[in-house]
Amino acid sequence: MERSGDMTTSTESAADPALLIDVCKRIRRHIVTMTHAAQSGHPGGSLSATEIFAALYFGGVVRHDPSEPQWKQRDRVILSKGHATPVVYATLAEAGYFDEALIPTFRSMGTELQGHVVRNRPAGVEMSGGALGMGLSFAVGVALGHQLDGLADDEGHVFVVVGDGELNEGQNWEAIMSASHFGLQRITAVLDRNHYQNDGPGNEIMRIDPVGEKWTAFGWGVQHVDGHDVIAVRDALLKARERRDAPQVVICETVKGQGVSFMAENPSGWHGKGPSDAQLDQALMEIEAGL
Amino acid sequence: MATQSTLPAAATREAYGPALLKLAEAGHDIVALDADLSASTGGNKLASAFPSRWFTVGAAEANMISMAAGLASTGKTVYAASFAVFLPGHCFDQIRVHIAQQQMNVKLIASHGGISVGEDGASAQAIEDLALMTSLPGMNVVAPSDAVEAEAVICAAANDELPWYIRLGRPKLPIVYGNGASFRLGQADQLRDGSDLTLAACGLMLEPTLRAADALAEEGVSARVLNIATLKPLDEQAIVRAAEETGAFVTAEEHNVIGGLGSAVARTLALHRPTPMEQVGIQDTFGQSGPWQSLLEHYGLTAEAVVAAARRALARK
Repeated sequence: MERSGDMTTSTESAADPALLIDVCKRIRRHIVTMTHAAQSGHPGGSLSATEIFAALYFGGVVRHDPSEPQWKQRDRVILSKGHATPVVYATLAEAGYFDEALIPTFRSMGTELQGHVVRNRPAGVEMSGGALGMGLSFAVGVALGHQLDGLADDEGHVFVVVGDGELNEGQNWEAIMSASHFGLQRITAVLDRNHYQNDGPGNEIMRIDPVGEKWTAFGWGVQHVDGHDVIAVRDALLKARERRDAPQVVICETVKGQGVSFMAENPSGWHGKGPSDAQLDQALMEIEAGL
Repeated sequence: MATQSTLPAAATREAYGPALLKLAEAGHDIVALDADLSASTGGNKLASAFPSRWFTVGAAEANMISMAAGLASTGKTVYAASFAVFLPGHCFDQIRVHIAQQQMNVKLIASHGGISVGEDGASAQAIEDLALMTSLPGMNVVAPSDAVEAEAVICAAANDELPWYIRLGRPKLPIVYGNGASFRLGQADQLRDGSDLTLAACGLMLEPTLRAADALAEEGVSARVLNIATLKPLDEQAIVRAAEETGAFVTAEEHNVIGGLGSAVARTLALHRPTPMEQVGIQDTFGQSGPWQSLLEHYGLTAEAVVAAARRALARK
């Protein structure tokens, strides 16, 4: 189906850094609120990916239409680190995919907002996940399908958000190898390089450095960016979306728990739990202040 | 209806390549993936005629399965093929989350199922794949008995948007369905009527089971024969009816007796119509190297073993 210019790309906020920064605050508020309501979930790795999702959906990067989530030429945003649902639901609610009144139902019986991502629940979630290391392969399949369907170069770009701990899984490297082998030009990986995984500091658990050189060696274009500078993230993603010579990765240097001091200072303690009442109050105050 | 066929022996895996070509020529929007075994699966037959519909991902089954799901999410009907030890053996989690949970239009083609792989030995002989696949909610599981039925199954799968696991085999086998197979997912095919007991088989055990029925007939035993090619969804109605009408049951399969056809039939009988039942299958042990016919004999997968099981079941009536 033909569409011209009416897809949501939030070009207004793309032009205004203050609006993007405000979106990040709103996303962070949702993250701590929903993990507090559920008393579970994954706030740390959601807070680290906040600028990535804000840039994708509100920085004019992703072509999509919340009123028509199955639009064939849409860009796909795939969460491979499938536990970081709070940042996805927060972003999709802000983008108009569902009513934010649903947010407190996160992880409760019967909710659309499942603990780990489930495809099309709610609309806008492109892939089921939670078992780490599968998203890049799925993204390769989507990009190949778009190529076979003859989509135009600037249509159907596939963004896949990957965690650094997740890169321990060997399937990622099968996928990274195959993306360049198949000459896929519309795939961009976004690495949330927050340096922590479930058991502790990434380079103590399983060293992945030098991670950029590894992607380069596999034939990808690599950019490094401060993952909490939302403008820099947006610019890197826009640049990656335009490249046609190789699959692209944007390595975002991030802090697990960014925006909430007690989480950022103790990232291992905040991989998978929700804040208490008092901690929620402190977190909301710090997010508002932009500490 | 099965008859004695004069068609030359053929392996069920040999049906795959021609079926893919038939589907592509008929205009189905299929894409087929292989994992460095395409000459053995026959998937490469699609490559020369339809190069944009076939891809090999190298020896990387996990990547292949998640890729298949991604391709299916763009509207393709995807076939993904490898050996049954690797698919599901190397990619169970990918099948579980990306194919079964997402209910993707992906057909898993597992060739070289069972111990009839032969000389390659235990690591290459899938005896547990049907157990793994039938345990997944939303997965359709089919083990066709000959090359004619296999082609019918592979083509029928293209007209369904849900995931299927189709188990094929390596050795050339006599053709059972010489006059064509009328395969329907979830329907057992009654090849012989009988009143004394029921023999139910899938895959390569169907042909020896028919011979067992002939041998039993010579003893004056009237055996009903069911081809239960679809292990899931299981034709419980045909099983219960057969139990009611014949009063004894034997299952025969080239699979571990735990988790395959025999387990599924036993569960159905226990729940709906407790009936004396015996199992022919691999007795919870791994295989070894050897000519495939010798292996079938060694592990008791023969017409004689089915006859012996029938006698035991009849004695328990």
